[in-house]
Amino acid sequence: MTQEYTPNEMMVVAASRALWDGAVCFVGIGLPSAAANLARMTHAPGVVLIYESGTIETRPDVLPLSIGDGELCEQAVTTVSVPEMFRYWLQGGRIDVGFLGAAQIDRYANLNTTVIGDYQHPKVRLPGGGGAPEIATSSREILITLRHSPRTFVDQVDFVTSLGHGSGKGSREAMGARGEGPKRVITDLCVMEPAPDTAELMVTTLHPGITADEVRDNTGWPIRFADSVGTTDPPGARELEILRDLYARTERRHAGGAA
Amino acid sequence: MAERMSLRAAVEAFVEDGDSVALEGFTHLIPFAAGQEIIRQRRRNLTLIRMTPDLIYDQMIGMGCADKLVFSWGGNPGVGSLHRLRDAVEYGWPAPLAIEEHSHAAMASAYEAGAAGLPCAVFRGYIGADLAKVNPNIRHVECPFTGERLAAVPSIRPDVSLVHAQRADRQGNVLLEGIVGVQKEAVLAAKRAVVTVEEIVDSLDAPANATILPHWVVDAVVEAPRGAYPSYAHGYYSRDNAYYKQWDAIARDRETFTRWMQDNVMSLDSGTAAGAKRQ
Repeated sequence: MTQEYTPNEMMVVAASRALWDGAVCFVGIGLPSAAANLARMTHAPGVVLIYESGTIETRPDVLPLSIGDGELCEQAVTTVSVPEMFRYWLQGGRIDVGFLGAAQIDRYANLNTTVIGDYQHPKVRLPGGGGAPEIATSSREILITLRHSPRTFVDQVDFVTSLGHGSGKGSREAMGARGEGPKRVITDLCVMEPAPDTAELMVTTLHPGITADEVRDNTGWPIRFADSVGTTDPPGARELEILRDLYARTERRHAGGAA
Repeated sequence: MAERMSLRAAVEAFVEDGDSVALEGFTHLIPFAAGQEIIRQRRRNLTLIRMTPDLIYDQMIGMGCADKLVFSWGGNPGVGSLHRLRDAVEYGWPAPLAIEEHSHAAMASAYEAGAAGLPCAVFRGYIGADLAKVNPNIRHVECPFTGERLAAVPSIRPDVSLVHAQRADRQGNVLLEGIVGVQKEAVLAAKRAVVTVEEIVDSLDAPANATILPHWVVDAVVEAPRGAYPSYAHGYYSRDNAYYKQWDAIARDRETFTRWMQDNVMSLDSGTAAGAKRQ
Protein backbone atom coordinates (compact mmCIF):
# COMPACT_ATOMS: atom_id res chain seq x y z
CA MET A 1 0.00 0.00 0.00
CA THR A 2 1.38 3.41 -0.90
CA GLN A 3 1.07 6.31 1.47
CA GLU A 4 0.13 9.79 0.18
CA TYR A 5 2.62 12.53 1.04
CA THR A 6 3.61 16.00 -0.14
CA PRO A 7 6.94 16.98 -1.76
CA ASN A 8 7.73 19.00 1.38
CA GLU A 9 7.17 15.93 3.57
CA MET A 10 9.42 13.87 1.30
CA MET A 11 12.13 16.51 1.62
CA VAL A 12 11.99 16.80 5.40
CA VAL A 13 11.91 13.03 5.86
CA ALA A 14 14.84 12.50 3.48
CA ALA A 15 16.78 15.26 5.25
CA SER A 16 16.06 13.76 8.66
CA ARG A 17 17.52 10.43 7.55
CA ALA A 18 20.87 12.10 6.84
CA LEU A 19 21.37 12.55 10.60
CA TRP A 20 22.55 9.67 12.69
CA ASP A 21 21.95 8.70 16.31
CA GLY A 22 24.48 10.44 18.53
CA ALA A 23 25.47 13.10 16.01
CA VAL A 24 26.13 16.52 17.51
CA CYS A 25 24.20 18.85 15.20
CA PHE A 26 24.24 22.64 14.99
CA VAL A 27 20.76 23.38 13.68
CA GLY A 28 19.66 26.20 11.39
CA ILE A 29 16.11 27.51 11.65
CA GLY A 30 13.37 26.46 9.23
CA LEU A 31 13.65 23.27 7.20
CA PRO A 32 16.85 22.06 8.92
CA SER A 33 15.17 22.43 12.31
CA ALA A 34 12.15 20.42 11.16
CA ALA A 35 14.39 17.66 9.77
CA ALA A 36 16.67 17.54 12.81
CA ASN A 37 13.76 17.29 15.24
CA LEU A 38 12.07 14.64 13.10
CA ALA A 39 15.30 12.62 13.23
CA ARG A 40 15.33 12.94 17.03
CA MET A 41 11.70 11.80 17.22
CA THR A 42 12.23 8.83 14.90
CA HIS A 43 15.47 6.95 14.13
CA ALA A 44 17.98 9.10 16.04
CA PRO A 45 16.73 9.63 19.60
CA GLY A 46 20.26 10.36 20.77
CA VAL A 47 21.01 13.13 18.27
CA VAL A 48 22.30 16.21 20.11
CA LEU A 49 20.67 19.41 18.83
CA ILE A 50 22.39 22.74 19.38
CA TYR A 51 20.95 26.11 18.38
CA GLU A 52 23.02 29.27 18.04
CA SER A 53 21.10 30.96 20.86
CA GLY A 54 23.25 28.86 23.19
CA THR A 55 20.87 25.99 23.89
CA ILE A 56 22.78 22.70 24.05
CA GLU A 57 21.16 19.29 23.68
CA THR A 58 17.66 20.63 23.47
CA ARG A 59 14.54 18.53 22.92
CA PRO A 60 11.73 20.90 21.93
CA ASP A 61 8.21 19.52 21.78
CA VAL A 62 7.29 21.91 18.95
CA LEU A 63 9.41 23.51 16.25
CA PRO A 64 10.79 26.88 17.32
CA LEU A 65 9.73 29.96 15.33
CA SER A 66 13.10 31.55 16.10
CA ILE A 67 16.47 30.14 17.11
CA GLY A 68 15.91 31.61 20.57
CA ASP A 69 12.42 30.44 21.55
CA GLY A 70 11.97 29.84 25.27
CA GLU A 71 11.08 26.21 24.57
CA LEU A 72 14.64 25.56 23.38
CA CYS A 73 16.09 26.79 26.67
CA GLU A 74 13.53 25.01 28.86
CA GLN A 75 14.23 21.68 27.16
CA ALA A 76 18.03 22.03 27.00
CA VAL A 77 20.66 20.25 29.08
CA THR A 78 22.35 23.63 29.45
CA THR A 79 22.26 27.10 27.93
CA VAL A 80 25.47 29.05 27.35
CA SER A 81 26.12 32.61 26.21
CA VAL A 82 26.34 33.35 22.50
CA PRO A 83 30.10 34.12 22.57
CA GLU A 84 30.70 30.83 24.36
CA MET A 85 28.53 28.99 21.80
CA PHE A 86 30.52 30.25 18.85
CA ARG A 87 33.97 30.20 20.43
CA TYR A 88 34.07 27.03 22.56
CA TRP A 89 31.47 24.80 20.98
CA LEU A 90 31.59 25.66 17.28
CA GLN A 91 35.13 27.02 16.76
CA GLY A 92 36.36 24.59 19.41
CA GLY A 93 35.48 21.69 17.12
CA ARG A 94 32.61 20.07 19.03
CA ILE A 95 30.12 19.97 16.13
CA ASP A 96 29.72 16.88 13.92
CA VAL A 97 27.12 18.28 11.56
CA GLY A 98 26.08 21.78 10.61
CA PHE A 99 22.57 21.67 9.15
CA LEU A 100 21.87 24.67 6.91
CA GLY A 101 19.32 26.08 4.51
CA ALA A 102 19.86 28.79 1.87
CA ALA A 103 18.19 31.11 -0.63
CA GLN A 104 20.70 30.22 -3.37
CA ILE A 105 23.13 27.35 -3.89
CA ASP A 106 25.62 26.68 -6.70
CA ARG A 107 27.17 23.51 -8.12
CA TYR A 108 29.81 23.44 -5.38
CA ALA A 109 27.20 23.96 -2.66
CA ASN A 110 28.34 27.48 -1.83
CA LEU A 111 25.41 29.18 -0.11
CA ASN A 112 23.87 32.63 -0.35
CA THR A 113 21.55 34.06 2.30
CA THR A 114 22.69 37.68 1.97
CA VAL A 115 21.51 39.41 -1.24
CA ILE A 116 20.02 38.75 -4.63
CA GLY A 117 21.79 41.07 -7.06
CA ASP A 118 24.68 43.39 -6.22
CA TYR A 119 25.59 43.80 -2.54
CA GLN A 120 25.61 47.62 -2.70
CA HIS A 121 22.44 47.82 -4.82
CA PRO A 122 20.51 44.64 -4.04
CA LYS A 123 17.46 43.44 -5.93
CA VAL A 124 16.41 41.64 -2.76
CA ARG A 125 18.06 42.14 0.58
CA LEU A 126 17.97 38.83 2.52
CA PRO A 127 18.57 38.52 6.29
CA GLY A 128 22.29 37.71 6.00
CA GLY A 129 24.65 35.12 7.35
CA GLY A 130 23.94 34.87 11.06
CA GLY A 131 25.83 31.84 12.32
CA ALA A 132 26.16 30.12 8.95
CA PRO A 133 29.54 31.41 7.66
CA GLU A 134 31.40 29.84 10.58
CA ILE A 135 29.12 26.82 10.95
CA ALA A 136 30.03 26.02 7.32
CA THR A 137 33.78 26.12 8.00
CA SER A 138 34.01 24.70 11.55
CA SER A 139 31.66 21.67 11.59
CA ARG A 140 33.00 18.23 10.63
CA GLU A 141 30.46 18.07 7.84
CA ILE A 142 27.54 20.03 6.42
CA LEU A 143 24.03 18.99 5.42
CA ILE A 144 21.90 21.35 3.36
CA THR A 145 18.18 21.28 2.72
CA LEU A 146 16.19 23.67 0.52
CA ARG A 147 13.50 23.63 -2.15
CA HIS A 148 14.60 22.93 -5.70
CA SER A 149 13.96 25.64 -8.30
CA PRO A 150 15.86 27.54 -10.99
CA ARG A 151 15.88 30.55 -8.62
CA THR A 152 17.57 28.63 -5.81
CA PHE A 153 19.87 26.32 -7.82
CA VAL A 154 21.89 28.88 -9.75
CA ASP A 155 24.97 28.73 -11.92
CA GLN A 156 26.68 31.32 -9.72
CA VAL A 157 25.48 32.54 -6.35
CA ASP A 158 25.22 36.33 -6.19
CA PHE A 159 27.10 36.33 -2.89
CA VAL A 160 29.01 33.59 -1.07
CA THR A 161 27.60 33.90 2.43
CA SER A 162 28.85 30.48 3.50
CA LEU A 163 31.57 28.43 1.86
CA GLY A 164 30.69 25.06 0.37
CA HIS A 165 33.30 23.43 -1.81
CA GLY A 166 34.50 26.81 -3.13
CA SER A 167 35.66 26.41 -6.72
CA GLY A 168 35.92 22.64 -6.49
CA LYS A 169 37.82 19.84 -4.85
CA GLY A 170 40.70 21.06 -2.70
CA SER A 171 39.35 24.64 -2.32
CA ARG A 172 38.39 24.28 1.31
CA GLU A 173 41.73 22.90 2.43
CA ALA A 174 43.56 25.62 0.51
CA MET A 175 41.56 28.31 2.29
CA GLY A 176 41.99 26.79 5.75
CA ALA A 177 38.40 25.68 6.30
CA ARG A 178 37.86 22.88 8.81
CA GLY A 179 35.75 19.83 8.12
CA GLU A 180 34.69 18.09 4.96
CA GLY A 181 32.10 20.67 3.92
CA PRO A 182 28.76 19.83 2.31
CA LYS A 183 28.20 16.05 2.24
CA ARG A 184 24.60 15.96 1.11
CA VAL A 185 21.96 18.33 -0.28
CA ILE A 186 18.34 17.31 0.12
CA THR A 187 15.54 18.99 -1.85
CA ASP A 188 11.91 18.28 -2.65
CA LEU A 189 13.04 16.55 -5.87
CA CYS A 190 16.19 14.59 -5.08
CA VAL A 191 19.29 13.98 -2.99
CA MET A 192 22.70 15.21 -4.19
CA GLU A 193 26.24 14.56 -3.03
CA PRO A 194 29.56 16.05 -4.11
CA ALA A 195 31.25 14.01 -6.85
CA PRO A 196 34.39 12.34 -5.49
CA ASP A 197 36.58 13.73 -8.30
CA THR A 198 35.46 17.39 -8.47
CA ALA A 199 33.22 18.03 -5.43
CA GLU A 200 30.52 19.19 -7.88
CA LEU A 201 27.02 18.24 -6.78
CA MET A 202 25.57 15.18 -8.48
CA VAL A 203 22.18 13.55 -8.09
CA THR A 204 22.40 10.26 -6.21
CA THR A 205 18.72 9.51 -5.68
CA LEU A 206 15.52 10.85 -7.19
CA HIS A 207 12.44 11.02 -4.99
CA PRO A 208 9.69 8.60 -6.10
CA GLY A 209 7.88 9.84 -9.22
CA ILE A 210 10.47 12.56 -9.98
CA THR A 211 12.24 12.42 -13.35
CA ALA A 212 15.79 13.42 -14.20
CA ASP A 213 14.38 16.05 -16.56
CA GLU A 214 12.44 17.69 -13.74
CA VAL A 215 15.68 18.07 -11.81
CA ARG A 216 17.46 19.43 -14.92
CA ASP A 217 14.63 21.93 -15.54
CA ASN A 218 14.89 23.20 -11.99
CA THR A 219 18.67 23.52 -11.85
CA GLY A 220 20.50 26.53 -13.26
CA TRP A 221 23.50 24.54 -14.51
CA PRO A 222 23.88 21.21 -16.35
CA ILE A 223 23.50 19.01 -13.27
CA ARG A 224 25.46 15.79 -13.07
CA PHE A 225 23.91 12.44 -12.23
CA ALA A 226 25.65 9.57 -10.49
CA ASP A 227 26.44 6.51 -12.61
CA SER A 228 23.58 4.68 -11.02
CA VAL A 229 20.85 6.94 -9.71
CA GLY A 230 18.62 5.27 -7.14
CA THR A 231 15.16 6.10 -5.87
CA THR A 232 14.78 7.73 -2.45
CA ASP A 233 12.84 5.54 -0.06
CA PRO A 234 9.39 7.13 0.32
CA PRO A 235 8.38 8.39 3.77
CA GLY A 236 7.27 5.60 6.07
CA ALA A 237 3.91 5.67 7.83
CA ARG A 238 5.53 6.36 11.21
CA GLU A 239 7.73 9.14 9.85
CA LEU A 240 4.72 10.83 8.30
CA GLU A 241 2.59 10.49 11.40
CA ILE A 242 5.27 11.96 13.64
CA LEU A 243 6.07 14.79 11.23
CA ARG A 244 2.40 15.73 10.81
CA ASP A 245 1.85 15.67 14.56
CA LEU A 246 4.92 17.86 14.99
CA TYR A 247 3.68 20.41 12.44
CA ALA A 248 0.17 20.41 13.94
CA ARG A 249 1.50 20.94 17.50
CA THR A 250 3.79 23.68 16.24
CA GLU A 251 0.98 25.51 14.48
CA ARG A 252 -1.29 25.36 17.53
CA ARG A 253 1.47 26.59 19.82
CA HIS A 254 2.51 29.50 17.61
CA ALA A 255 -1.07 30.56 17.05
CA GLY A 256 -1.11 31.22 20.78
CA GLY A 257 -3.04 28.18 21.98
CA ALA A 258 -1.77 25.35 24.16
CA ALA A 259 -0.13 22.56 22.19
CA MET B 1 26.95 52.76 40.62
CA ALA B 2 23.43 51.85 39.63
CA GLU B 3 20.89 54.57 40.16
CA ARG B 4 17.24 53.62 40.16
CA MET B 5 15.53 55.82 37.58
CA SER B 6 12.45 56.13 35.45
CA LEU B 7 12.84 55.00 31.86
CA ARG B 8 12.35 58.54 30.62
CA ALA B 9 15.05 59.90 32.93
CA ALA B 10 17.49 57.09 32.11
CA VAL B 11 17.20 57.62 28.34
CA GLU B 12 17.43 61.41 28.80
CA ALA B 13 20.56 61.01 30.90
CA PHE B 14 22.43 58.28 29.05
CA VAL B 15 21.46 58.25 25.35
CA GLU B 16 22.58 61.18 23.23
CA ASP B 17 22.18 62.03 19.55
CA GLY B 18 25.02 60.52 17.54
CA ASP B 19 25.83 57.81 20.10
CA SER B 20 26.73 54.26 19.22
CA VAL B 21 24.02 52.28 20.98
CA ALA B 22 23.67 48.55 21.58
CA LEU B 23 20.30 47.14 22.61
CA GLU B 24 21.06 43.45 23.02
CA GLY B 25 19.01 40.36 23.82
CA PHE B 26 19.31 37.34 21.54
CA THR B 27 15.65 36.73 20.67
CA HIS B 28 14.99 36.63 24.43
CA LEU B 29 14.81 39.74 26.69
CA ILE B 30 14.87 42.21 23.80
CA PRO B 31 14.72 45.70 25.36
CA PHE B 32 11.62 46.94 23.50
CA ALA B 33 10.54 49.41 26.19
CA ALA B 34 13.96 51.08 26.19
CA GLY B 35 14.10 51.22 22.39
CA GLN B 36 10.62 52.70 22.17
CA GLU B 37 11.52 55.35 24.75
CA ILE B 38 14.49 56.30 22.54
CA ILE B 39 12.01 56.66 19.66
CA ARG B 40 9.69 58.83 21.80
CA GLN B 41 12.60 61.07 22.76
CA ARG B 42 13.42 61.40 19.04
CA ARG B 43 17.09 60.58 19.25
CA ARG B 44 18.85 61.00 15.91
CA ASN B 45 21.97 59.85 14.06
CA LEU B 46 22.50 56.82 16.25
CA THR B 47 24.78 53.98 15.24
CA LEU B 48 22.62 51.02 16.19
CA ILE B 49 24.49 47.84 17.08
CA ARG B 50 22.72 44.53 17.50
CA MET B 51 23.34 40.98 16.30
CA THR B 52 19.73 40.46 15.26
CA PRO B 53 18.07 43.85 14.66
CA ASP B 54 14.63 42.30 15.14
CA LEU B 55 11.44 44.35 15.31
CA ILE B 56 12.82 46.90 17.76
CA TYR B 57 15.46 48.15 15.32
CA ASP B 58 12.93 47.98 12.47
CA GLN B 59 10.87 50.42 14.55
CA MET B 60 13.83 52.65 15.45
CA ILE B 61 15.12 52.73 11.86
CA GLY B 62 11.66 53.41 10.45
CA MET B 63 11.22 56.29 12.91
CA GLY B 64 14.47 57.87 11.79
CA CYS B 65 16.66 57.31 14.87
CA ALA B 66 19.62 55.75 13.06
CA ASP B 67 22.13 56.56 10.36
CA LYS B 68 24.15 53.36 10.70
CA LEU B 69 23.43 49.74 11.60
CA VAL B 70 25.97 47.13 12.71
CA PHE B 71 24.40 43.67 12.60
CA SER B 72 24.80 39.99 11.73
CA TRP B 73 21.29 38.71 10.89
CA GLY B 74 18.59 41.12 9.79
CA GLY B 75 15.31 39.26 9.53
CA ASN B 76 11.98 38.86 11.32
CA PRO B 77 12.62 35.40 12.85
CA GLY B 78 10.39 32.72 11.38
CA VAL B 79 8.45 35.33 9.40
CA GLY B 80 10.62 37.02 6.76
CA SER B 81 12.07 40.45 6.10
CA LEU B 82 12.42 43.53 8.25
CA HIS B 83 10.67 45.89 5.84
CA ARG B 84 11.71 49.16 7.50
CA LEU B 85 15.35 48.05 7.47
CA ARG B 86 15.08 47.08 3.82
CA ASP B 87 13.32 50.34 2.90
CA ALA B 88 16.11 52.32 4.55
CA VAL B 89 18.88 50.29 2.88
CA GLU B 90 17.24 50.03 -0.56
CA TYR B 91 15.44 53.41 -0.82
CA GLY B 92 16.90 55.61 1.92
CA TRP B 93 13.56 56.04 3.75
CA PRO B 94 13.14 57.85 6.07
CA ALA B 95 16.90 58.46 5.89
CA PRO B 96 19.85 56.69 4.30
CA LEU B 97 21.22 53.91 6.47
CA ALA B 98 24.83 52.75 6.29
CA ILE B 99 25.34 49.12 7.19
CA GLU B 100 28.27 47.24 8.63
CA GLU B 101 27.48 43.56 8.28
CA HIS B 102 29.14 40.69 10.14
CA SER B 103 28.55 37.07 11.05
CA HIS B 104 27.28 36.06 14.51
CA ALA B 105 30.67 34.60 15.41
CA ALA B 106 32.33 37.92 14.57
CA MET B 107 29.93 40.09 16.55
CA ALA B 108 29.90 37.77 19.55
CA SER B 109 33.70 37.80 19.54
CA ALA B 110 33.76 41.60 19.08
CA TYR B 111 31.51 42.16 22.11
CA GLU B 112 33.67 39.79 24.13
CA ALA B 113 36.80 41.68 23.05
CA GLY B 114 35.10 44.94 24.02
CA ALA B 115 34.32 43.57 27.47
CA ALA B 116 37.91 42.34 27.74
CA GLY B 117 39.29 45.79 26.91
CA LEU B 118 40.97 44.60 23.73
CA PRO B 119 41.12 46.62 20.49
CA CYS B 120 40.06 43.72 18.30
CA ALA B 121 38.73 40.19 18.27
CA VAL B 122 40.60 37.34 16.62
CA PHE B 123 38.81 34.19 15.53
CA ARG B 124 38.75 31.52 12.83
CA GLY B 125 36.07 32.92 10.57
CA TYR B 126 34.92 34.41 7.29
CA ILE B 127 36.80 31.67 5.42
CA GLY B 128 35.74 31.89 1.78
CA ALA B 129 32.98 34.34 2.73
CA ASP B 130 32.20 37.36 0.52
CA LEU B 131 31.42 39.60 3.50
CA ALA B 132 35.16 40.03 3.87
CA LYS B 133 35.14 41.68 0.40
CA VAL B 134 32.46 44.26 1.21
CA ASN B 135 33.18 45.09 4.85
CA PRO B 136 36.56 46.86 5.32
CA ASN B 137 36.37 46.14 9.06
CA ILE B 138 36.93 42.46 8.35
CA ARG B 139 40.69 41.95 8.21
CA HIS B 140 43.18 39.19 8.89
CA VAL B 141 46.14 38.57 11.17
CA GLU B 142 48.72 35.85 11.24
CA CYS B 143 49.09 33.84 14.44
CA PRO B 144 52.61 34.67 15.72
CA PHE B 145 53.03 31.09 16.96
CA THR B 146 51.55 28.89 14.23
CA GLY B 147 51.30 31.20 11.24
CA GLU B 148 47.61 30.43 10.85
CA ARG B 149 45.66 33.18 9.09
CA LEU B 150 42.82 34.30 11.34
CA ALA B 151 40.02 36.83 10.96
CA ALA B 152 40.08 40.04 12.98
CA VAL B 153 37.32 42.58 13.58
CA PRO B 154 37.37 45.70 15.77
CA SER B 155 36.01 45.21 19.25
CA ILE B 156 32.57 46.66 19.93
CA ARG B 157 32.70 49.48 22.50
CA PRO B 158 29.26 51.14 22.48
CA ASP B 159 28.76 54.57 24.01
CA VAL B 160 25.78 53.03 25.75
CA SER B 161 24.33 49.54 26.04
CA LEU B 162 20.73 48.96 27.06
CA VAL B 163 19.56 45.48 28.07
CA HIS B 164 16.51 43.97 29.74
CA ALA B 165 16.70 41.43 32.58
CA GLN B 166 14.38 39.55 34.90
CA ARG B 167 15.26 41.12 38.25
CA ALA B 168 17.39 43.58 40.13
CA ASP B 169 17.75 43.94 43.86
CA ARG B 170 17.45 47.24 45.71
CA GLN B 171 21.16 47.85 45.39
CA GLY B 172 20.94 47.49 41.62
CA ASN B 173 22.56 44.07 41.13
CA VAL B 174 20.96 42.49 38.08
CA LEU B 175 20.10 38.83 37.40
CA LEU B 176 19.77 37.42 33.88
CA GLU B 177 18.34 33.95 33.28
CA GLY B 178 17.59 31.72 30.30
CA ILE B 179 19.08 32.54 26.91
CA VAL B 180 21.59 35.17 28.06
CA GLY B 181 22.89 36.05 24.59
CA VAL B 182 25.60 38.71 24.64
CA GLN B 183 24.09 41.02 27.23
CA LYS B 184 26.81 40.63 29.84
CA GLU B 185 29.47 41.35 27.22
CA ALA B 186 27.47 44.29 25.81
CA VAL B 187 27.18 45.88 29.27
CA LEU B 188 30.84 45.35 30.16
CA ALA B 189 31.98 46.63 26.74
CA ALA B 190 29.99 49.88 26.98
CA LYS B 191 30.95 53.26 28.41
CA ARG B 192 27.46 53.54 29.95
CA ALA B 193 24.88 50.87 30.71
CA VAL B 194 21.15 51.02 31.31
CA VAL B 195 19.26 47.94 32.47
CA THR B 196 15.49 47.59 32.49
CA VAL B 197 14.04 44.79 34.63
CA GLU B 198 10.74 43.01 35.09
CA GLU B 199 10.81 43.69 38.80
CA ILE B 200 12.92 44.97 41.66
CA VAL B 201 13.11 42.56 44.57
CA ASP B 202 14.59 42.48 48.06
CA SER B 203 16.96 39.63 47.26
CA LEU B 204 18.01 37.91 44.04
CA ASP B 205 18.57 34.54 45.78
CA ALA B 206 20.76 33.62 42.82
CA PRO B 207 22.76 30.40 42.50
CA ALA B 208 26.54 30.77 42.81
CA ASN B 209 27.21 30.81 39.07
CA ALA B 210 24.21 32.80 37.94
CA THR B 211 24.67 35.56 35.37
CA ILE B 212 24.86 38.68 37.51
CA LEU B 213 25.69 42.24 36.56
CA PRO B 214 26.99 43.84 39.77
CA HIS B 215 25.44 47.23 40.59
CA TRP B 216 28.74 49.00 40.07
CA VAL B 217 28.93 48.15 36.34
CA VAL B 218 25.44 49.49 35.67
CA ASP B 219 24.55 53.21 35.52
CA ALA B 220 20.79 53.01 35.70
CA VAL B 221 18.29 50.35 36.73
CA VAL B 222 14.75 50.88 35.54
CA GLU B 223 11.71 48.90 36.57
CA ALA B 224 9.87 48.19 33.30
CA PRO B 225 7.42 45.29 33.61
CA ARG B 226 6.84 43.58 30.25
CA GLY B 227 9.73 45.66 28.96
CA ALA B 228 10.77 42.90 26.56
CA TYR B 229 7.33 42.48 25.01
CA PRO B 230 6.64 41.23 22.27
CA SER B 231 9.81 39.17 22.82
CA TYR B 232 9.78 37.25 26.05
CA ALA B 233 11.14 37.15 29.57
CA HIS B 234 11.92 33.62 30.74
CA GLY B 235 9.83 32.96 33.86
CA TYR B 236 7.50 35.94 33.25
CA TYR B 237 5.81 35.82 29.85
CA SER B 238 6.28 34.14 26.51
CA ARG B 239 7.01 35.51 23.08
CA ASP B 240 3.99 36.95 21.26
CA ASN B 241 4.52 35.14 17.98
CA ALA B 242 1.30 36.61 16.59
CA TYR B 243 2.76 40.14 17.01
CA TYR B 244 5.85 39.08 15.06
CA LYS B 245 3.65 37.72 12.29
CA GLN B 246 1.38 40.79 12.24
CA TRP B 247 4.43 43.06 12.09
CA ASP B 248 5.09 41.87 8.55
CA ALA B 249 1.94 43.59 7.25
CA ILE B 250 2.30 46.65 9.49
CA ALA B 251 5.89 47.35 8.48
CA ARG B 252 5.45 46.63 4.78
CA ASP B 253 3.82 50.00 4.09
CA ARG B 254 5.25 53.39 5.17
CA GLU B 255 1.89 54.95 6.06
CA THR B 256 0.59 51.91 7.92
CA PHE B 257 3.82 51.75 9.84
CA THR B 258 3.81 55.46 10.73
CA ARG B 259 0.21 55.34 11.89
CA TRP B 260 0.88 52.20 13.94
CA MET B 261 3.86 53.82 15.64
CA GLN B 262 1.80 56.94 16.46
CA ASP B 263 -1.00 54.85 17.96
CA ASN B 264 1.08 52.23 19.76
CA VAL B 265 4.35 53.92 20.73
CA MET B 266 4.38 57.71 20.39
CA SER B 267 1.08 58.22 22.21
CA LEU B 268 2.02 56.01 25.15
CA ASP B 269 3.54 57.20 28.39
CA SER B 270 7.24 56.69 28.95
CA GLY B 271 8.10 53.34 30.39
CA THR B 272 5.22 51.50 28.80
CA ALA B 273 6.04 48.73 26.39
CA ALA B 274 3.90 48.89 23.28
CA GLY B 275 1.37 46.14 23.52
CA ALA B 276 1.52 46.06 27.29
CA LYS B 277 -2.01 47.41 27.21
CA ARG B 278 -3.11 44.28 25.37
CA GLN B 279 -2.28 41.89 28.18
